[in-house]
Amino acid sequence: MNILHFQDVDKAYPTPNGDDFLVLDNIDLTIKKGEFCTLVGPSGCGKSTLLKLILGQEQATQGTLTIRDNIAGNPDSTRGIVYQRYSLYPNKTVLENVLAGPFFKIPFWKKDERAEVKAYALELLEKVKLGEHTAKYPHELSGGMQQRVAIIQALITKPEILLMDEPFGALDPGTREFMQTLLLELWEEYNLTILFVTHDLEEACYLGTRLLVLSQYYSDDRGEDFQRGAKFVVDQQLHRGALSTHVKEKPDFNKLVESIREQGFNPKYLQHVKEFDLNHPDSWSTLSLEEHNS
Amino acid sequence: MSSRPQRSSYIWGIFARPGRLKWLLAALPFLISIFTYTFFSAKRHEANPSEKLMPSWSQMVKRTTELATVPNKRTGKLVFWDDTWSSVIRIAKGVGLATLVSVMLALFIGVFPAGHALGQNFTNTISFIPPVAILPILLVAIGVGEASKIGLIFIGTFPLMTRDLTLYVKGLPREQIIKTMTLGASQWQLIWKVIFPQMIPRIIETIRLSIGAGWIFLIVAEGISSSEGLGYRIFQARRYMAMDTIIPYVIWITLLAFIADTILRLVIHFFYPWYRANKS
Ligand SMILES: Nc1ncnc2c1ncn2[C@@H]1O[C@H](COP(=O)(O)OP(=O)(O)OP(=O)(O)O)[C@@H](O)[C@H]1O
Ligand SMILES: [Mg+2]
Repeated sequence: MNILHFQDVDKAYPTPNGDDFLVLDNIDLTIKKGEFCTLVGPSGCGKSTLLKLILGQEQATQGTLTIRDNIAGNPDSTRGIVYQRYSLYPNKTVLENVLAGPFFKIPFWKKDERAEVKAYALELLEKVKLGEHTAKYPHELSGGMQQRVAIIQALITKPEILLMDEPFGALDPGTREFMQTLLLELWEEYNLTILFVTHDLEEACYLGTRLLVLSQYYSDDRGEDFQRGAKFVVDQQLHRGALSTHVKEKPDFNKLVESIREQGFNPKYLQHVKEFDLNHPDSWSTLSLEEHNS
Repeated sequence: MSSRPQRSSYIWGIFARPGRLKWLLAALPFLISIFTYTFFSAKRHEANPSEKLMPSWSQMVKRTTELATVPNKRTGKLVFWDDTWSSVIRIAKGVGLATLVSVMLALFIGVFPAGHALGQNFTNTISFIPPVAILPILLVAIGVGEASKIGLIFIGTFPLMTRDLTLYVKGLPREQIIKTMTLGASQWQLIWKVIFPQMIPRIIETIRLSIGAGWIFLIVAEGISSSEGLGYRIFQARRYMAMDTIIPYVIWITLLAFIADTILRLVIHFFYPWYRANKS
């Protein structure tokens, strides 16, 4: 089942001198239910912009973007989001933060329903080892704890797709691994569909079932001087074994990481649009005539 | 060589650690002011027993006690408390109304792009009008009654409050607003369940800052048209050079402002612990 569908999507921002600055360039993408997509790319290539389009916070300059076959409108509960920061309400306790979403939907006079969700929220918090911290405010929590609350807060409303923008970017390596394992457990248990943006290639290769690399470093037939936006230059299936973090030490894993680094992050390595490594079964891409006139 | 750790100075330099000395330091300017006044007042009384400009403390206490405990012959009221009550109520009404209006405007301008387009420039422009300059207009338009005094306090305080609260609303992370909508909130819920609760401590802080301005406008308004109130009494006492009334009244006004400020500060401290933590 298709959760998310991009077709020929462009995103350009106006610049002060009046021209448009093209960030995303003719993007095609389909994400199926249950997929754990990781998205990497050079800094400033447009990863957060892509998430903003999905959220409905920004509008595509061209093309169509649907969620479950509905045009993606203003932000609503079909999408969930976890940011690196500012995900939590500073004036609410941990439990109140988690209950915020459900309580928007259940009016206060439906006491039984509210009690039910509350029990469920406590159960989820217990699962992410926050059972003893439910009455604390975000500023009293460590970064890792805050992100665990943010994840629970987002998934309790059961969004079609959970978007995560460098959620573990500010955590130390130990906490990061713990969070990765935890996220994988939650993904399996609740059958989540995730689009996970990260700077960390190892994290991307380790977590995902599908790896997307967005990059502005490529070539096509639109001429030398054309201001290109970013495209997916890699879209491939990842084969994950056990949940153990030990896979990160295997030679195959390192080879994968190195090849991605070359294809996506090296400004001098310019693959032609027709040679991109797009071998994921759901991957597709339609090029305009200008892009490949040969 | 001595192995004693070096201790930084008690008083001198940017690394000074005054410790408990800081209480003494804090008291010092107060003590000096009181001493200086007492000294010069005593000297003037020596030179001229009917001195009025710098009454002695005992004269001031006597006069204030009279005003606070002996009913006025004509009105039958205790002047001191009657003045206090009238003034406090006027400030409360004026600043209260300003708070109400500025919260509404800040939400309107801060949350809605169209609200911003509509209201931002207008409220900014309003804030440049010197409030005292429109007091005559108020007096002509709505008369010399309570409304014009409360109106002056309102006009004097609400533009800055609106500006401050609007900045606060706009300063809330965009992420939080998007997040709220993805959690399924309606726009109404976004405003009243997410933004407004976070504004409350800031509202209290804005009130703290506005009470000072509120007193200024109150005293001006009472000085021009009134029959009771702390400001009225000061201006009335000026005609008789009654410094033994004016000085205690000024001290009392200062004390009232200080008490209000402290209460509001403590409310934030105890009820909104997250506010201070997130400010830094
Ligand atoms: N509102 C905006 N107006 C103009 N340009 C923008 C705007 N938002 C983003 N951009 C530009 O779009 C490009 C992509 O930004 P984006 O934040 O999506 O990058 P990113 O891939 O998330 O980068 P990072 O890895 O650093 O988070 C950048 O060059 C940025 O300057
Ligand atoms: Mg980003």
